[in-house]
Amino acid sequence: MNRSDLSNTALSVTNLAKTYVNGRVALKGISFAVEQGDFYALLGRNGAGKSTTIGITCSLVKKSAGKVHVFGIDIDQDFGRAKSHIGLVPQEINFNQFESPWNIVINHAGYYGVHRTVAAQQAEKYLTKLGLWDHRDTASRRLSGGMKRRLMIARALMHEPRLLILDEPTAGIDFETRLSMWEFMQELNQQGITIILTTHYLQEAEKLCRNVGVIELGELILDVDMKSLFLQLSQETYVLDLVLPAKGLPDRLQGYMRLIDPTTLEVDITRGSSINQVFETLSELDIHVVSIQNKSNRLETLFMELLKNEAESIRASQDA
Amino acid sequence: MNSRHYVAVALYTLCRKEITRFMRIWTQTLIPPVITTCLYFLIFGNLIGPRIGPMQGHTYIDFIVPGLVLMSVITGSYTNVASSFFSAKFQRFIEEIMVSPVPSYVILLGYLAGGICRGVLVGIVVLAVSALFATVNITSPVMTAAVVVLTALVFALGGMLNGMFAKKFDDVSIIPNFVLTPLIYLGGVFYSVRMLPDIWQLVSLANPILYVINIARYGFLGSSDVGIGVSFAVIGVAIVVLTTLCLVLLERGYGIRD
Repeated sequence: MNRSDLSNTALSVTNLAKTYVNGRVALKGISFAVEQGDFYALLGRNGAGKSTTIGITCSLVKKSAGKVHVFGIDIDQDFGRAKSHIGLVPQEINFNQFESPWNIVINHAGYYGVHRTVAAQQAEKYLTKLGLWDHRDTASRRLSGGMKRRLMIARALMHEPRLLILDEPTAGIDFETRLSMWEFMQELNQQGITIILTTHYLQEAEKLCRNVGVIELGELILDVDMKSLFLQLSQETYVLDLVLPAKGLPDRLQGYMRLIDPTTLEVDITRGSSINQVFETLSELDIHVVSIQNKSNRLETLFMELLKNEAESIRASQDA
Repeated sequence: MNSRHYVAVALYTLCRKEITRFMRIWTQTLIPPVITTCLYFLIFGNLIGPRIGPMQGHTYIDFIVPGLVLMSVITGSYTNVASSFFSAKFQRFIEEIMVSPVPSYVILLGYLAGGICRGVLVGIVVLAVSALFATVNITSPVMTAAVVVLTALVFALGGMLNGMFAKKFDDVSIIPNFVLTPLIYLGGVFYSVRMLPDIWQLVSLANPILYVINIARYGFLGSSDVGIGVSFAVIGVAIVVLTTLCLVLLERGYGIRD
């Protein structure tokens, strides 16, 4: 698809720039597009410009320059209509903590013109789905951190948005809850909702997203699909658990294998080589493997490489 | 959904939310003015009043009723909007409304509705309490009702501006304590401005609260220190100016949008 074709994009950002009143340049003219139905990861370090981009899209932040289209609607022309398609789950808790979850979601639907009777049905559906139904009349300040995050997701879905923006939705919540939220997000995406996710858990982005954009110091330094991104990995490291303790490694394996302890072996696999060769070699040496796992998250490795390269190129341009 | 229906639902939601908010904490919003009014009646009406003698042909206790009702309307409507809007800003749940398609004028109307309802409700409660201490005769019910609602509107707008400009909790109480209260007391709640020396009568004309209290006094007792037409004109101008300011600031996202 032509990524500049607005008719097929859920979100199109063109030359978006933002300088805050204190002079801080948050965005330096970034451009990217998110296709309808996509699950897009917007990554970057703290302060890179992710939340500013989201804030501009949702009218929490005023842009300094550039264009934003939501489903082809220019936010400068008809922001109201553009906003009606967006559901936002912000990074910080931003509901009235003295209100009950029920009132929070019902009122939210009302702001989008959803009649109370319809809103009540929606509220029951999403509060049940996100495990909050039994707490619907509790003052929301009494909810746990995970419940508060889930409440913000339920709230964002009340008006059936076509684009859901999740700004670090799983920050600070336990792994089990995170897994159930991943499942729910995937379910929403399968229903056709376009999702933009910002997260610092790169495993989350790797598992859920099809495309990824990386912002660094207000610039978009990467905008690719996840598969192409992983092709950039020059080498991956695997950890192998052995059946029996190994006494040592033959010299011919020393270059790319390391014995961490008698039953744990680390193997570097370069791009283009097959892991079967490793198993064959080990088998010849009567070393048998119980389990295998990736040493680090692949996206994490790439992300760190990317930021390192970016920092080096900035240093080089400064030196020049 | 057509835009008229959308606006109606959004406005209903905001109004309901704002009214529920102050009704839920009625012991903090409705009871204090009643206690304050009772104290005023006891001290100024029953203890000091008989020594003052009649004022504009009415007993002193009857004379102060319109001013006390208006005083509670002003304070109630102003503080309701200022504190509600500032809380929403401070706790960031104003973002719920900002990310939604609700137009600025609907946001303004929603907050004003809360302020006006609280102001009018407090006014009615204070009026009911007044009947226990004084003879309450309303000469012109329509004018009285009009001035109560319009006063609530003007000061709800003032509260909205205060809420938008406030950056910390102190800022929400500075204007009511240091500006509003002195203006109310010097606006003729407890006296007729005709009692003042000429120069202070002239200075008093710069106090907008003088006009609303005198329309209320005209509505209740049929007598006023200033012309009713001029007083309504002052209220009208205040409404137009404050509404325009609020809408411009909301549209620009003053204090709520980075």
